[in-house]
Amino acid sequence: MQEAAEPFAIRVRDLVVGFRRHVVIDHLALDVRRGEILGLVGASGGGKSVLMRTIIGLIPRQGGEIEVMGSPINHDRATRSAAGRWGILFQQGALFSSLTVRQNIQFPLRENLDLSESLMDEIATAKLEMVGLTAEDGDKFPAELSGGMTKRVALARALALDPAIVFLDEPTSGLDPIAAGDFDALIKTLQKTLGLTVFMVTHDLASLNTVCDRVAALADGKIVAIGPMQELLRSEHPWVRAYFHGKRSQMLQPKAS
Amino acid sequence: MATVPLLTATPSGDVLELRPTGSWTAANVATLERLSSDIAPQLDQAATVRVDMAGVRELDTIGAWLLEKLSRRATSAGHRADIVGITENYAGLIDELRQVNRRAPAPSRAGNPVIAKLGDIGRATIGASEDITAFLQMLGALCFAILGVLRRPRSLRVTSLTYQLYRVGWQAIPIVTLITFLIGAIIAQQGIFHFRKFGADSYVVDMVGILVLRELGVLIVAIMVAGRSGSAYTAELGSMKMREEIDALSTMGLDPIEVLMLPRILALICALPILSFIGSMAALYGGGLVAWFYGGMGPAIFLARLHEAVSVTHFEVGIIKAPFMALVIGIVACSEGLRVKGSAESLGKQTTTSVVKSIFLVIVLDGLFAVFFASIGM
Repeated sequence: MQEAAEPFAIRVRDLVVGFRRHVVIDHLALDVRRGEILGLVGASGGGKSVLMRTIIGLIPRQGGEIEVMGSPINHDRATRSAAGRWGILFQQGALFSSLTVRQNIQFPLRENLDLSESLMDEIATAKLEMVGLTAEDGDKFPAELSGGMTKRVALARALALDPAIVFLDEPTSGLDPIAAGDFDALIKTLQKTLGLTVFMVTHDLASLNTVCDRVAALADGKIVAIGPMQELLRSEHPWVRAYFHGKRSQMLQPKAS
Repeated sequence: MATVPLLTATPSGDVLELRPTGSWTAANVATLERLSSDIAPQLDQAATVRVDMAGVRELDTIGAWLLEKLSRRATSAGHRADIVGITENYAGLIDELRQVNRRAPAPSRAGNPVIAKLGDIGRATIGASEDITAFLQMLGALCFAILGVLRRPRSLRVTSLTYQLYRVGWQAIPIVTLITFLIGAIIAQQGIFHFRKFGADSYVVDMVGILVLRELGVLIVAIMVAGRSGSAYTAELGSMKMREEIDALSTMGLDPIEVLMLPRILALICALPILSFIGSMAALYGGGLVAWFYGGMGPAIFLARLHEAVSVTHFEVGIIKAPFMALVIGIVACSEGLRVKGSAESLGKQTTTSVVKSIFLVIVLDGLFAVFFASIGM
C-alpha cells in the first residue's frame, strides 16, 4: 500500500550549504531510491559528512530543498527529534560511554516507546544477535569494546527503532579487511531483511564494489557522477577518474579495459 | 498508512488460528504487547497453532518478535506452531528472528549481601591505601623531575609555566579578591554585632586581623584554587589521557611529569602565596570598611589597632602554608587526571574526586600546621 507512494527515500534539490563565505555544497541534487544502498564518495574535507549532516537536519542550509520519505527536512528541533525515521551510525560509534551496550540499544526504545522492561531486553538481545554479537556482550561498556564491535553496537542502536533509512558515516574505516568485509556483508543482509534504504559515506573501494547498488561521487560541491560502480569506472570526470583509477584502486578495474 | 493492529484467535477443533492484522510496528508497541499477552493463555490449550500473517500490513522487528514469541510459547509447550501467509518482503525478517534469543542468558549469581558488604569495605580500604601510594609516587616523580630541571635548567618549560601562571594566578585574582573581601566584611560585621554586647567592639580588629592572616585568607584561597584550577588540571590531563596524548608524549621520549605536571604544579606553588596575600589584604580591607560604616570605627583607628594586634609572625604563619597547600592540590589534581579511563563518566568522576580530595587534604594540612605552629610557639 505505502510502497507505491514514493519511489525515492531521499530527494535533494538545489542544495546550498556553506560556512560564512566558504561554500561546501553548491546547488547539489541527489535522489536516493527506496531500498537501495547508495555509496557516497568524495575528497576528504569535500563535504560528504556535511551533506549527510544537512540531510538529517544537524547543519542549517542556505538554500534548496530536502525531502526524506516524502516529508520536508529543516534545521529545527522537530526534524532532529523525528526519531524512528532514520538511524545514524556515526564514524566513531558515538555510543554513550556511561551506559552498557544493552542500555545503549534500549535508549531510543525507552525514550520513544511505551514497552515493558522484559520485552525491551528481548528486543535488545535480538538486535545484538542480528548484528552478530551475543547477549553477554550486552553487559559490556563501550570502553571495553574493540573497533569492530563498537561499529556493530552502533549499528544495532541505529536500527533500534526499525528506521526506514540508515545513514552510515564511514562504517568500515578503522577495521581490518576481514572485519570490514564481515561488516559489509552484515549491512547487505540487514538491508535485505529489513528492507532498509542505506546511505553510506565511505572511502572503502571494496565496500563500494561489493555492497553498493549505486555510487555517487561528490566533487566541487556537486554530484558529478552517479550510477552503478561499473558506470562510475567508465566516467570521464577528471576527479572520478583519479579516484577510481589511481594506484590504490588498480585492483578494482575490469581486466578487459 | 499505519492501521490499528488486531489479533483474533479462532479455535476450530484442535487448531487455534491466530490472525494478526494491521500494523505490527514499534509505533503500536503498547497495544501489541497487550494483544499478545492476552492471547497467550489460549495457546496452552490448542494442540496446533496456526499464525496466518496474510492480514499484516506492516511488520518490523518488534512485531515479528512478538509473533515469534507466541509461536515459541506454543512449541515449548509441546504443540505445533506454523506460520503461514508470510508476504515475501517480510520472510527474511521472520527467518532472522527465528534465530535470535535462542540461548538462555547465563544466570547472574547473586552473592551473599554480608559478604558483598565486607568485600566493599575491603576494596575501599585497599583503594585508600592505593590513593596514598599514588600520592607518594606522584610526589616522588615530581621531586625527580625537579632534580632533572635543576641539573639541566634549560629543560624547564618556561612558556608553559608562564601560561599556567597566567591562568591560575592572574585570571584568578578578581574572583579571589571578591570572595575574600566579602568574607572579611562578614567576619567583621558578625564580630561587631556580638562583641558590642560586652562593649568589646574594638577587639574586632584583633579578631579579623589574626583570623584572616593566620587561617582564613590562605584556607579560603586554597579551597577556591582547588575548585577552580585543580578541577581544570584534572579535566585537562584526563581528556589528554583519553585521547592517548600522554602516551604519545612518552613515546617521543618525553616525560609527561616534566612536560605537563611540573609546570602546572610549579605555577600553583608560585600563584597560591600571591593569591593568599592579595586575598588577605582584600579581607582586611572588607573588614575595615565594615568597621567604619557599621561599627563607626574610622580608618585611622582601625589601622592603629591592627598595627598593635597583628605582628609579622601572624602573616608568616599564614603565608608559609600556601606553597604546601598548592603542592597538595597540584599533586592530587594531576594524579587524579592520570587515573581517568576511557569514558566521559570517568572523567567527571575523577574531577569530582580531585576537588573533594584536595579540599579535604588542604584542611587536614591546615590542622597539622596549627599543631606544629602551636608547639613551636608561633
